[in-house]
Amino acid sequence: MSKKDIIICRCEDVTLEEIHQLLERGYTNIEELKRLLRVGMGPCQGTTCMQLIQREVSKFLNIPIEEVKTQKVRPLTMGVKLNAIKEGACDES
Amino acid sequence: MKASYVIIGAGISGCSIAYNLAKKGVKDIIVVEKHYLTAGATGRCGAGVRQQWGTEMNCRLAKASIDFFSIAKDELGYQGDIEFKQEGYLIVAVNEEEDKQFAKNVILQNSLGIPSRKITKEEAKEIVPHLNTDVILSATFCPTDGHLNPFTMTDAYYQAAKRLGVTFLFREEVKSIVVKNDKIEKVITTNHEIHTSNVINAAGGYAKEIGDMVNVAIPVYAERHEILVTEPVEKIQGPMVMSFGMNIYCQQVPHGSFLMGRSNPFEKPSHNIESSWQFLDEMAKTVCTLLPPIGNLRVIRQWAGSYNMSPDRQPIIGTTDLPGFYVACGFSGHGFMFAPMTGLLLSEIILGEPLTIDITDLHIDRFKTARDIVIEKSVV
Ligand SMILES: Cc1cc2nc3c(=O)[nH]c(=O)nc-3n(C[C@H](O)[C@H](O)[C@H](O)COP(=O)(O)OP(=O)(O)OC[C@H]3O[C@@H](n4cnc5c(N)ncnc54)[C@H](O)[C@@H]3O)c2cc1C
Repeated sequence: MSKKDIIICRCEDVTLEEIHQLLERGYTNIEELKRLLRVGMGPCQGTTCMQLIQREVSKFLNIPIEEVKTQKVRPLTMGVKLNAIKEGACDES
Repeated sequence: MKASYVIIGAGISGCSIAYNLAKKGVKDIIVVEKHYLTAGATGRCGAGVRQQWGTEMNCRLAKASIDFFSIAKDELGYQGDIEFKQEGYLIVAVNEEEDKQFAKNVILQNSLGIPSRKITKEEAKEIVPHLNTDVILSATFCPTDGHLNPFTMTDAYYQAAKRLGVTFLFREEVKSIVVKNDKIEKVITTNHEIHTSNVINAAGGYAKEIGDMVNVAIPVYAERHEILVTEPVEKIQGPMVMSFGMNIYCQQVPHGSFLMGRSNPFEKPSHNIESSWQFLDEMAKTVCTLLPPIGNLRVIRQWAGSYNMSPDRQPIIGTTDLPGFYVACGFSGHGFMFAPMTGLLLSEIILGEPLTIDITDLHIDRFKTARDIVIEKSVV
């Protein structure tokens, strides 16, 4: 299967080919890949793609996968409507 | 290692300075960055670019920078997309004082060639149909303000600087700077000793700490500012909507998601960049009041970054008392939009060339004298 057809990040539609292109250009830090490709920026927050990307970085740099730092985990863990947050905030006060 | 200039920080300021110096023929420039490209405020910012300012200096810097952004892709020969979107900023007035001040601002802006205009709330609603006009008095609109992708814009400067021969050292922190007899001798990083007589401090939130390394007191501090992003939806909003009084900015980016932020008036100076639930609460209340339908969108993620605050909320750019030590900091939350001028003007100062815009008033010495400093009020 062509690298162009392998989707790594399903939220943002990023292919294996795009990941490999950036690795070749020297962007081997997951935070950089995230910022330039939007991997891990979608609704799943990287829970689907990050391990796959870690593996690609590890293969590319030829280092153990545990040495590839993942992205900073940020809130929220699940999408919540602004209206719901507002109502929650108003009820409490 | 040897360098003609060591630039500390690979945010948009450091990258723009490196590019401009290299373009003017300077060789052996080294940029040292403790994390990765755009790790600081640049990669965390709203990336809005506007010319609707209240001081003449900010208007001039912003206008010239926007002129550059509009040709940046070609100028920098960038393959990627900087996503420059020019659909304006709609700044709403929510009280009489703002209404009056904005009328004055527009006169100033127009006199400098900025095409802003004062509009009624009905006209504002035509531009942003989901605006709640019950909470505003009037607005100003400038169609040539806009937004860029902060990652690719910085990458464009970075790539162009690299092609011109600039060396970038990532994941390397500047630990100290050795000065003897009022002369810089070397910069010591976690991995190298770089011999140089010139250092440019573009360290964003850490600019004060870098100044302290050479005993140059820079009156700036870091302050956390939070921001969030929603799920992407079809395009419904062209311009950035902003209110100083309600304390909000909110923009739909080309990707479809909405970015929004506000300041916490009680935030204390610190390097804290963690997210808080308090921000989420206040942000939700504010946006649901000003732009009610946005309340139906889901928040995907929130994060924070540091503003580098100066006493008058204007940048500090130029030489210092220590020969060879230059600063570009204190952007107080609007350094992204000024970056093209930051790089151009500082390179002109360093090389002793005539200045494209006179920025004598942005020199650090302005804080030494007790004369009136002009405080920029148009900030969120
Ligand atoms: C939430 C938020 C929203 C914003 N919205 C806007 C906006 O809409 N429009 C706008 O124009 N501006 C905005 N800003 C402000 C803007 O982000 C900054 O003014 C601008 O990015 C500053 O760029 P810089 O390159 O000067 O600093 P930074 O991007 O902070 O870069 C400084 C770099 O220096 C590095 N560094 C620090 N110390 C050392 C050391 N000792 N050794 C090596 N490296 C070091 C850091 O790691 C960092 O990468 C916003 C900021 C925030 C936080």
